[in-house]
Amino acid sequence: MKIVVPVDENKLESSVCFSFGRAPYFLIYDTEAKTGRFLSNAAAASQGGAGIKAAQAVVDSGATALLTPRCGENAAAVLKAADVKLYQTAAGSAMENVTAFLAGKLPPLGEIHAGFHGRGGR
Amino acid sequence: MRGSTAVGAGNGKVAVLSGKGGTGKTLLSVNLAAVAGGALYLDCDVEEPNGHLFFRPTDVREEEISVKIPTLDASKCTGCRKCVDFCKFNALALIRNKPFLFEEVCHSCGGCALVCPEKALGEKDKVTGRVQRGVSGDVAVHTGTLNTGEASGIPIIRNLLAGAAAEEKSFTFIDCPPGSACIVMESIKDADYCLLVAEPTLFGVHNLNMVYELVRIFHKPYGAVLNKCIGGENPAEAFCLEHGIPILGRIPFDSALGSLSADAKIAAREDAGFHALFSSLLENVREEVRRETASDPQR
Repeated sequence: MKIVVPVDENKLESSVCFSFGRAPYFLIYDTEAKTGRFLSNAAAASQGGAGIKAAQAVVDSGATALLTPRCGENAAAVLKAADVKLYQTAAGSAMENVTAFLAGKLPPLGEIHAGFHGRGGR
Repeated sequence: MRGSTAVGAGNGKVAVLSGKGGTGKTLLSVNLAAVAGGALYLDCDVEEPNGHLFFRPTDVREEEISVKIPTLDASKCTGCRKCVDFCKFNALALIRNKPFLFEEVCHSCGGCALVCPEKALGEKDKVTGRVQRGVSGDVAVHTGTLNTGEASGIPIIRNLLAGAAAEEKSFTFIDCPPGSACIVMESIKDADYCLLVAEPTLFGVHNLNMVYELVRIFHKPYGAVLNKCIGGENPAEAFCLEHGIPILGRIPFDSALGSLSADAKIAAREDAGFHALFSSLLENVREEVRRETASDPQR
């Protein structure tokens, strides 16, 4: 399976990005091949609808799971419709979170926030 | 562009704006409309219209305002993705080979339907707000209201301005939304004159500067009204003097005025002193509008 993590830098030891829709890169990790590649997030600079566009990129990557600290409602709607499961990241690097996920240690993402919809956020 | 608007002697469209809320746009535009005699008051602050609370208009006619959003005929859609790739607002996602619309992100540009090679996308109306038109004494009161959660008040403001063009009124006062974003630009685009309301603080100067820059970009004639004036130093006044902004009037920081407003009363209709204050302000506005519309507006 393929899993996606929003990351601040395009390396496995990168920190997990606090934002999903506006993350600079996505780590797309293939659990069978045990390799990761990085996708530049074209949605990061969008004026609006970044979460929707970022979620589209996750769906298009063929991933079935997204590991993220949080997720807005529009992005979650896209991912849910495409059967991509959401998990809550913990402290540590992107790769450490991938390892934790594979060990069954990451909980499903409980809270979906209402989104910032042009109001910036943090 | 000004030539398209017939402005007779002593009338015109006056937009009242400020860089932030709570500066006194509604106080000023409501009271000016109340003393002008046969004026039109347009509440373009569609996210939070409050002029009607003062005017309490009667004989109100209501009109729903709609925008177009796309509809999908799934039997024609091949999942080619052209609509999703076209949408610069990211209002469409392709899920299980079909476009999925986020209505509140859609800006009603109609582009998705144009690029669809299968003609699978149509359009339908979506109500985003309303315009109410009533009267209060000799003032025509038109109010735009955007439904909560909707992205853009601009279609409502367009309707308000189009409706204003049909009215034969001595003066039109356009109570603008706060700030200097596109919704304010839409509100002032037909104005003959812009009144900038300013508070006597450094923060007030910052906000005054925002709208000052805006009206210059739009080549609108402008003047300032200083609100909440107390004795002593007034940074907003200093800013006006420094930039050559005509000061058309001063409204005192007065508890009686505050009390009347808090009771949703129109000060100029309740109190002879305030009637005189706003009448004198109106005369200055009238003189400025007359001068500006007679001379080159591109100052």
